[in-house]
Amino acid sequence: MSVIFFLIPLSIVFAVAFLFAFIWSVRSGQYEDTTTPSMRLLLDEKIAAKPDSKPDNSPNPKLK
Amino acid sequence: MKAACFHCGAACGSAAHSRADKSFCCAGCLAVFELLTENGLAGFYQLAEQPGIRVAQPTATNRFAFLDEPAVRARLVDFADDKLTRVTFHLPAIHCIACVWLLENLFRLLPGIGQSQVNFARKEAAVAFDPARVKLSEVAALLASLGYEPELKLADLDAKPANPPARRLWLQLGVAGFAFGNAMFFAITGYFGLDAFTGPQLKELIGWLNLLLAVPVVAFSAADYYRSAWASLRQRLLNIDVPIAAGIVAIFAQSVWEVASGRGEGYFDSLCGLIFFLLCGKLFQQKTYNRLAFDRDYKSFFPLSVTRVERRFPNRLADVADKAGSETGAPQESRVSLSELAIGDHLLLRNGELIPADAKLLSGPALIDYSFVTGESEPLAKQPGDYLYAGGRQMGGAIEVETVKPVSQSYLTSLWNQDAFRKDRTESFNALTNAYSQRFTKIILTVAVGAAVFWAVVNPAKSLNAFTAVLIVACPCALALAAPFALGSAQRVLGRRNVFLKNPFVLETLARVNAIVFDKTGTLTAAGAGSVTWQGAQVARHSNVETSNATRAEGLDIGMSSYGELTDAEERWLYSMTRHSTHPLAVRIGEAIAGQHFPEPVRSFLETTGCGMEGQVDGHEIWAGSAAWLESRGVACSSRRKEAPSSPDPTQSEPPHVGSYVHVAIDGRQRGCFVLASALRSDSGQLITELSSRYELALLSGDNERERERFRALFGSDALLQFNQSPLDKLDFIKRLQRDGKTVMMVGDGLNDAGALKQADVGVAVVESVSAFSPASDIIASAQMVPRLAEVLRYAKQSVATVRAAFLISTIYNIVGVSIAASGNLSPVVCAILMPLSSVSVVAFACGMTAWLGRKLRDGELRVESRCAAASQLSTLNPQLTGGAA
Repeated sequence: MSVIFFLIPLSIVFAVAFLFAFIWSVRSGQYEDTTTPSMRLLLDEKIAAKPDSKPDNSPNPKLK
Repeated sequence: MKAACFHCGAACGSAAHSRADKSFCCAGCLAVFELLTENGLAGFYQLAEQPGIRVAQPTATNRFAFLDEPAVRARLVDFADDKLTRVTFHLPAIHCIACVWLLENLFRLLPGIGQSQVNFARKEAAVAFDPARVKLSEVAALLASLGYEPELKLADLDAKPANPPARRLWLQLGVAGFAFGNAMFFAITGYFGLDAFTGPQLKELIGWLNLLLAVPVVAFSAADYYRSAWASLRQRLLNIDVPIAAGIVAIFAQSVWEVASGRGEGYFDSLCGLIFFLLCGKLFQQKTYNRLAFDRDYKSFFPLSVTRVERRFPNRLADVADKAGSETGAPQESRVSLSELAIGDHLLLRNGELIPADAKLLSGPALIDYSFVTGESEPLAKQPGDYLYAGGRQMGGAIEVETVKPVSQSYLTSLWNQDAFRKDRTESFNALTNAYSQRFTKIILTVAVGAAVFWAVVNPAKSLNAFTAVLIVACPCALALAAPFALGSAQRVLGRRNVFLKNPFVLETLARVNAIVFDKTGTLTAAGAGSVTWQGAQVARHSNVETSNATRAEGLDIGMSSYGELTDAEERWLYSMTRHSTHPLAVRIGEAIAGQHFPEPVRSFLETTGCGMEGQVDGHEIWAGSAAWLESRGVACSSRRKEAPSSPDPTQSEPPHVGSYVHVAIDGRQRGCFVLASALRSDSGQLITELSSRYELALLSGDNERERERFRALFGSDALLQFNQSPLDKLDFIKRLQRDGKTVMMVGDGLNDAGALKQADVGVAVVESVSAFSPASDIIASAQMVPRLAEVLRYAKQSVATVRAAFLISTIYNIVGVSIAASGNLSPVVCAILMPLSSVSVVAFACGMTAWLGRKLRDGELRVESRCAAASQLSTLNPQLTGGAA
């Protein structure tokens, strides 16, 4: 049963590693915004890649 | 049928632009559309229906030039070097998924822009760009031209907190959770007697390990509790954090002592668990509050609208000539909700209306009352061209302003929550929690000290144990959380049904209400539903001879149309007058006679609340108001006249005698009166019956007694019906009720009875389509929720009952837990299980119950807009004055 004296410190080492991972994730701002990533997930890259539906027969509607 | 703008969804006027089968309301929207499609961002329009923001005017490129000043720039950017600059803009216009997509594809629009990232909840976009290719001002101008006007508050940027509070809370929570999990894990070995196999060394090791784990929790995670407790003690108050802090310190001290002296392994697992669950509750609370704040700041919060004036451009005359020739060139007025306002819009603000955004005065002498903002009640006179700040209130005639800043919903909310409008009676504010927690803290401290003293005499070994155990097991967090959670979620439930509370604690007062006072106009009667008819003063033909001889002394001949129907000119004068007032009756008359009139300037406009309005149009002195008011000015009013069949409209089925009369005198001579048939809201009767069994009801009206019988029948014999009430009378009436020990709810339109609304324990402002913001009220309810008032009241009672039930659960738990603890028999396991169980169950109960009860609250979500549309259709269908009774 004395293996437990080895296992407990080992488990602590693992746990501390996870704690530091958590602290890093908070520091890097991953908990700042929990709303936008869920929306971003729905945004399909394909929409952006799609050729625009502009029929373009208008006489040069240049903006600037 | 008018098309909706493909970009922003606003109705396209006659000046609409179209491109590729799509119509646009303005050049600004079209420009954005073209910019997006040219750059392959047409996908914006696939993500949501009409996702854009109205851009009234293309942004001038040099508008943000000041951002390139090195000093300004340095304060604004987050990070800058030669190759990359990062800046975070606050963009209040962000509102949907398409915004996120567009803003994160910004690099396609302007070469030199790198990655951009949106924080939806905070409405921020962080943009990285290459300073060699793009200037900061160009980025800002690009955002503005897309409709996302950056909100630049340089002053706020001075001290950016290194660690935002939310981040700190997450860290505290993480550390506490880590320690709690591990400490519990180790402690289990002790609970199950594993040390039987390994000897006492394991117990000792675990004791020290747990102590090690607990140190960062006690020092870092719980730090805010000591700070708050200390601050409260210094003010000689006992807040809820005092026993928490005392408990934490006591447990920690005792556990350290136990471990150091080798007596046991202490209560570190319970301690970490306690702090972990407290922080969980705190985070949950913060999230809920953030979401509430988001709901409030977002456009859905206030159902407010303003009158926007759109002038048609002369060169568009041809387009519309076929529609209505006579209308062209006239300023087109439309009611728009605050969220649709864009910079540069022209607004018409009438007497008593609030300036929704910083604006420039265009026309009309303005007298601005800034008492909402500054507390200064003396109105300031302003000249055209002057700058007006949001939150001011126009007194007197109508003015036209041009907005120069976007509407800030949160700013208007903060006005609402200002101290000046807080009720004086402090006991009603947050009473439930404070009273309870004060008592709780005292009792717990007494019991803890009592137990310590008792055991010090009987069995000194148990003394400290009992003292700390009482503090450990007593769980004040349930008390601290129950009220904010239950009432906060109830506020959200009501908000979704267009009943907006000033703050969650209004519900506590609402539940105590036992007398309800209705202001007649606009609450029980539905504006816009009844017809408006003109009754020429044909009785005046007979009575004039005797009564207005005095005014006739100058021998003025009135002319051919002096009696009976209004002439075109007279209608126009009256129309011009009504444009200046926000009184519901004036608005209805204005709508009815708007026809094809151009408003004429009105001089020396004056509105006397509860009486009427006066002013000079085209050299004529016009008075319109109650009979009593006109009579006090020497104009005889034919109120004794029996009701003639006034409504020639055959579809008019309601009894003709229900209605308000607005008497009109021109140049001191009675001209007749408008009869505004006021249809009672369909479920008013049911509402009154429902309420009258449980509440004392009263009706106040500024009108005369004509309708007494009808309302007597509606309200029953017990109710107090008061007519001919001035605003001051209404205020006194409320005061009298309060002196009799009643808790009074006043339901009014929020404009003409602001004093009474403020005096009442709960003031409810009912808003129809057009409404002026009334900070004196505690609740803003949309008109279609009025028939459901009984349900709202019931819901408030149930919510408060839920809070009380949560208190009861927590009290039972505490009595059980504390008595075990005081007897000195508390084992660490029981403590560790009971503590979190109590908090979780109380919070779950509070939130669950309010949500479940809220689901039962019938859904009253008729869209406000659709009602507006219906109302305006009605007035266009019947724009003519239906003729006189003669």
